[in-house]
Amino acid sequence: MEKGKSAEQLAKEQREVSVSEFFERNRHLLGYDNPTKALLTVIKELVDNSLDSAEDHRVLPRIWAVAKPKGVDRFKVMVKDNGPGMVDKQIPLAFGKLLYGSRFYKLMMTRGQQGLGASGAILYSQLTTGKPTTIISSTGDGKTSFYELMIDIKTNEPEIISHQVIDDGKIWHGLKIGMEIEGKYIRGERSVLEYLKETAIANPYADITFQGPDGKLSFKRGANKLPKLPKEIKPHPYGIELGILKRILDATRAKSLLKFLTNDFSRVGNTSAKQICKVSGLNPKLDPHKIENHEAEKLFRAMKKVKLLRPPTDCLSPLGEDLLLKGLQKEINGEFFAAVTRPPSVYRGNPFQVECAIAYGGEIPQEGTVKVMRFSNKVPLLYQTGDCAITKSIAITDWSRYGLKQPGRSIPSGPAIILVHFASVWVPFISESKQALAAYPAIMKEMKLALQELGRKVSHFVAGKRRHDYHIKRKRIFERYIPVVAESLSNMTKVNEEKIKLKLEKIAEEKTGVMENEEGDSEEINQSSTESSE
Amino acid sequence: MRKETQKKLTNLAQKVVNEIDHETDPYLDIPIRSLTNVRWNEKDGLLRLGEKKSKRYFFNVGYARKFMQTLLVADFCKNLIGENIHTSIRDMYYNLKRTLPDTTENTFETQDESNPIIVDLETSLDTLRENLHLLADRKGIVAGNVKIKDRGDIIDWSKLGSGGWSIPSVVEDIDFVKVNAKFVLVIEKNAGFERLHEDKFWQKYNCILIGTGGQPARGTRRLIRRLNQEHKLPVYVLTDNDAYGVYIYSVIKSGSMALAHASEQLGTPSAKFIGLTPTDVKKYGLEKFTIKATDRDLKRAKELLNYPWFQNKQWQKEIKLMIQTKRKAEIEALSARGLKFISETYLPEKLKKKEFLP
Repeated sequence: MEKGKSAEQLAKEQREVSVSEFFERNRHLLGYDNPTKALLTVIKELVDNSLDSAEDHRVLPRIWAVAKPKGVDRFKVMVKDNGPGMVDKQIPLAFGKLLYGSRFYKLMMTRGQQGLGASGAILYSQLTTGKPTTIISSTGDGKTSFYELMIDIKTNEPEIISHQVIDDGKIWHGLKIGMEIEGKYIRGERSVLEYLKETAIANPYADITFQGPDGKLSFKRGANKLPKLPKEIKPHPYGIELGILKRILDATRAKSLLKFLTNDFSRVGNTSAKQICKVSGLNPKLDPHKIENHEAEKLFRAMKKVKLLRPPTDCLSPLGEDLLLKGLQKEINGEFFAAVTRPPSVYRGNPFQVECAIAYGGEIPQEGTVKVMRFSNKVPLLYQTGDCAITKSIAITDWSRYGLKQPGRSIPSGPAIILVHFASVWVPFISESKQALAAYPAIMKEMKLALQELGRKVSHFVAGKRRHDYHIKRKRIFERYIPVVAESLSNMTKVNEEKIKLKLEKIAEEKTGVMENEEGDSEEINQSSTESSE
Repeated sequence: MRKETQKKLTNLAQKVVNEIDHETDPYLDIPIRSLTNVRWNEKDGLLRLGEKKSKRYFFNVGYARKFMQTLLVADFCKNLIGENIHTSIRDMYYNLKRTLPDTTENTFETQDESNPIIVDLETSLDTLRENLHLLADRKGIVAGNVKIKDRGDIIDWSKLGSGGWSIPSVVEDIDFVKVNAKFVLVIEKNAGFERLHEDKFWQKYNCILIGTGGQPARGTRRLIRRLNQEHKLPVYVLTDNDAYGVYIYSVIKSGSMALAHASEQLGTPSAKFIGLTPTDVKKYGLEKFTIKATDRDLKRAKELLNYPWFQNKQWQKEIKLMIQTKRKAEIEALSARGLKFISETYLPEKLKKKEFLP
């Protein structure tokens, strides 16, 4: 048997492959498996970025998105926002380099987390069409920056094709990014429209316009209040992965291990830092930059062993029940809406919060299973439905006790849409394409509790609705028999058939009408019904 | 009688119309025909319907359909009486069956739905279906030294060849012109009737022979009662030796639960059971010709043990024997002793010794 390469050799070779090259080879990992998914991913990455930047800037997001067909399976995509814009110098770095960003060891509840979003899209554009991406931005200083960018795949460095700053005196802030890509436009479950619609639900304070092959569509703002700005927090030792620990060790400004632990992590004070050093057997004065791999592993294990406070949870910014309801109400024609926001919780050292909402009845289709809308940090998840903790938690919740039909342990059926939002500084996606959440027990538990609370809220309405339907059905039964009864009675008594029929219909109306509204103020309803019959 | 029944139907409809006119939920009073409302009257030996009634409201999802059906039947019967014509309950079912507009629902889906409605109407109007001009199945046959007048025709039950006279559903209007008999012998099986008829049993023993063909129809039961009441003829019943046979006897004697309201017209409390009994099987050495009783037979036999009118030594003994031996025997078992054994030995001996069960 041929002798395999050592781990060191492999690592060396791997280092030589640039991130961009890696992307080129593994683009499916980032959601660019096929033209259909690619169009969705490009728009999604750009819109997510725009929402993040507008929210950062504390302005109500206003987003314009365009997908213009350019021949067979080709699209010109453009997304413009009203965010703060970007400083001229920053633009090539932010867009022309993969994994650029400061978010590796500062945790914040944002949509994009990996620094792959927009630059990934640019790389995809360049791989499929060979054309540069146009970026236009202004920060409100009367100057507008124009860039044409590509990414040097070998070096993962921006390649500036053209650049100019025009002092045009126009006062605006925001960013407009345009690119040409290989893509395919579809309608339905995993389409651009579905993504935008769900985005509009989870971001009801955003105004989104989309110009696509189906014409212009507007998702109007339904709320004028932004959720509170999420706070940045440092990672908690319990929530950290070994690879990330190594990266933070490389990047830290601390000069000693002790300082490193107290400065770069949350909930680590002097005492706990010393304890970590003691458990790991490492000298607290050690320079963190000089820590070897095997020492990092010791440190990693020690960090998990020492008893620490749970991470702070004020870094989370859930939508809240009010915004959840507003989001659903503005996009869904339902009869009943309910929302639940759970208190924050922690999984493996990462704070998170679960919220959910339901829309029931109205124009939501009666037949088939309930529609599930999954969100993480306000971003809709459209793929890998079955693998997701959200889908699983809905299936293991007993909906039959809340009046919904549920064959076995599966997604319930009925005229409803169930929305679940998972908010966290570190979303545990099961893969790079960021489409499904991992089912950690702590997460499943919170989701189940949230759904049960939601179930209790909806059950009253479902029961009432069922009673209402029953009364309608009841009335139909009587109405069906009335002509026969009236005819027979008229034959036997010679009383006018029509007269008997009308009287019976009137009694039917009273008998079933009053009870239909028995939950309401029956007196008031009685009055109004007599008024209308007069 | 016609006028009276017609009046009852009109009153029923008028009551409902009045309720509708007052905008109240119209209802029909239907006597309950379940165990809870049927009692055996020890004095006259008949099953009687109690006083319990249920109100069948139209504006009640559970009753609406039956309410509609009851009125349909009432209207239909009122027409029959008005035109003075009769029809069978099956014919009525087909006459009234139709699909309700804009639905797939029929007024009646099967005859099993319309039959109980007739009984509902009978009981609530305190009348009989015969008076509603509805005819039940007919299946009984009769032979004997009797002359009757039926719709103006004189019929001689002794001169009807091999077939006998087929008992109609309604025997109310039959006049007995001449009755020359000492008793009535009722036999469960038409085959048994044929045997005795061919052997001229009724001539030899001066009796009226009636074949019921299983559970007797209402016309047959009424005829038995009339012969017993009007002509003081004792009635003897011959059935198979099994729980079902005993039950047939029980119905002839005390009436049935389903028609408890009509027991007075249909029951013959003085009827006696002539055979076939488990003791007969032993006595005549018929064990070899018996059949294994089914679980259902045994279950039914156990129920019979509790009937109030079987609370006597003889019946308890016979029914218990039936359960113990787990055997049953048909009347035809007697043929093992020769085809004419029944008419020449078995019955004459029984009659002579007055070997009857009460």
